[in-house]
Amino acid sequence: MLMFVEQALNGLQYSALLFLLSAGLTLVFGIMNVINLTHGSFYMVGAFCAAAAAAASGSFVVAIVAAVAGAGAYGLVVERLVVRHLYRRDHLDQVLATLGLVLFTNELVTLVFGRSPPFMDIPPALTGSVQLLPGLSYPLMRLAFIASGVAVAIGLWVLIARTRVGMLVRAGADDREMVDALGVDVRRLYMLVFALGAVLCGFAGVMSAPLLAVQIGMGERILITAFVVIVIGGVGSVRGALIGSLVIGMADAFGRAYIPSLLSQMMPPQLSDPLGSSLISASAYILMALVLLFRPLGLAARA
Amino acid sequence: MNRKLWLNLFGLAVFVLIPDIARGIDEPFLVNLFTRFAIYAIAAVSLDLILGYGAMVSFGHAAFFGLGGYVVGVVGFHTADGSGILGWQGTGQALILWPLAIAICAVAGLVIGFLSLRTAGVQFIMITLAFGQMFYFILVGLMYYGGDDGLAIDARNTLPGIDLRNPVVYYYLCVALLFAWVLTCRRIVGSRFGMALRSLKQNRRRSVALGLAPLRYQLLAFTVSAAGTGLAGVLWANYALFVSPDMTSWQKSGELMAMVILGGLGSIFGPVIGASAFIGLEQVLTGWTEHWMLVMGPVLVLIVLFGRRGLYGLVVPARDHD
Repeated sequence: MLMFVEQALNGLQYSALLFLLSAGLTLVFGIMNVINLTHGSFYMVGAFCAAAAAAASGSFVVAIVAAVAGAGAYGLVVERLVVRHLYRRDHLDQVLATLGLVLFTNELVTLVFGRSPPFMDIPPALTGSVQLLPGLSYPLMRLAFIASGVAVAIGLWVLIARTRVGMLVRAGADDREMVDALGVDVRRLYMLVFALGAVLCGFAGVMSAPLLAVQIGMGERILITAFVVIVIGGVGSVRGALIGSLVIGMADAFGRAYIPSLLSQMMPPQLSDPLGSSLISASAYILMALVLLFRPLGLAARA
Repeated sequence: MNRKLWLNLFGLAVFVLIPDIARGIDEPFLVNLFTRFAIYAIAAVSLDLILGYGAMVSFGHAAFFGLGGYVVGVVGFHTADGSGILGWQGTGQALILWPLAIAICAVAGLVIGFLSLRTAGVQFIMITLAFGQMFYFILVGLMYYGGDDGLAIDARNTLPGIDLRNPVVYYYLCVALLFAWVLTCRRIVGSRFGMALRSLKQNRRRSVALGLAPLRYQLLAFTVSAAGTGLAGVLWANYALFVSPDMTSWQKSGELMAMVILGGLGSIFGPVIGASAFIGLEQVLTGWTEHWMLVMGPVLVLIVLFGRRGLYGLVVPARDHD
């Protein structure tokens, strides 16, 4: 039972990370029809900026500001120089151009920050654990991560469902040409949404910097998982991103906890160990293949 | 004689004469480099078949490259230690092993293609990527075959009467296979089947209304493409005498797509040039700086933004395109 709760919390934390990344990704895809592989690089840029700023100043607040500003600024530059020219291109062009940007960003970050990035400590206010249940204490930093994911989800919902900008975002996702024809400055809307996505990535970067390894290429693996999330949820919908994040986050956490023991009951260890680790790593992709086979437009799509 | 024919003859002449040129200027390394060109060209031409003619953007094609390589690697592994595989003692005979590997890749392509073609557009890109990643993680998990570190192969497969251990001989075999594969693909895209595939790409709705069943054509094209990419994987395993999960990484799939775009999408000869240019550029840049991606990344972006018809399109006028 305790293990179940703990795994559920781990799953929630992973879901929060995935949601921070996939919310921006799905908006950019839904509104601009762009597949942006560079999205994971913003996360990496955010984490590196945060680690460097924390090492220089010792303050977590400064790290947050640095990560958000760094990722947001890099996002704006990328939108301005490259992605803007890809809006009307086909997906193949978008994939290749942004893949080039990913490779470029990896080297750029290596040059600027060096191969071994500064290690980032958990801020003093968030160190230690809390007693959640008798016998179950959980690290405060991870709880803060979950809380920030929830806060961002609520904030995004308010932004999209209750504000004028959000109305334009929804309208843009439904029918871009019509929004354009109604006199809305679509370019500015695109830039805004793209920057918002990058800022969310930067925030995800600073929150995960003390928990996960800050390293070159950290954005790529999580980016592919974020793509899995938005495809499972239904491309273009923030609600879908939330559902997808929860599905993948939970599947990963419980898979890690239960797949090895389940397999070891069914087959000899020399077979079950490698199979188990492969299954855990591949579980997100297997889930996605299953979802696409039965609901090709994703779980949140209306029939 | 038009420019396209001249360019193709020139390319063929370069590939045929390289061993002599390498001997002439005393750079035996050139033969190795051009072997890599030829192997990747086979993979790129195969990918172009579905990318350029079928509008199926497969982001997981490296899976077939890796699968072909691993068939050679795994059978070699069990043959070398005498343990056999699934009750078969294994073989080093290329004439048995290579068709087997290609057939396995074709079957994998058939299954993956059938499942993936239930979707289209961005979902198709993502589901092929997902299958590629599955292969990658399964290979990483196979600790018995080296896992992450990959699997070394003892010796090249053998062909009766031909000594594949000789680099020049092996090079000519790769070039001959590339030549045969290019001709085959030319025949495919020019055939009734190829026309149907291209019409589905240009206007799917009209083609369906005219009575084409899309799945049949697209699936066959996907399968042929997977088999061709598998052949490239087989050749690579024999060339490098080493296979690793990196052969199926998503970056590798991206590289294969980049080669096709660089050379010219939808032209069977273009990807040959694209693969050569890509590997050649990589070779030059890595010799120059360890941060070669700093140059390669923007080059990719510029190719996409400005080079609509690729290197091949620079020389060959649009009306002569395949």
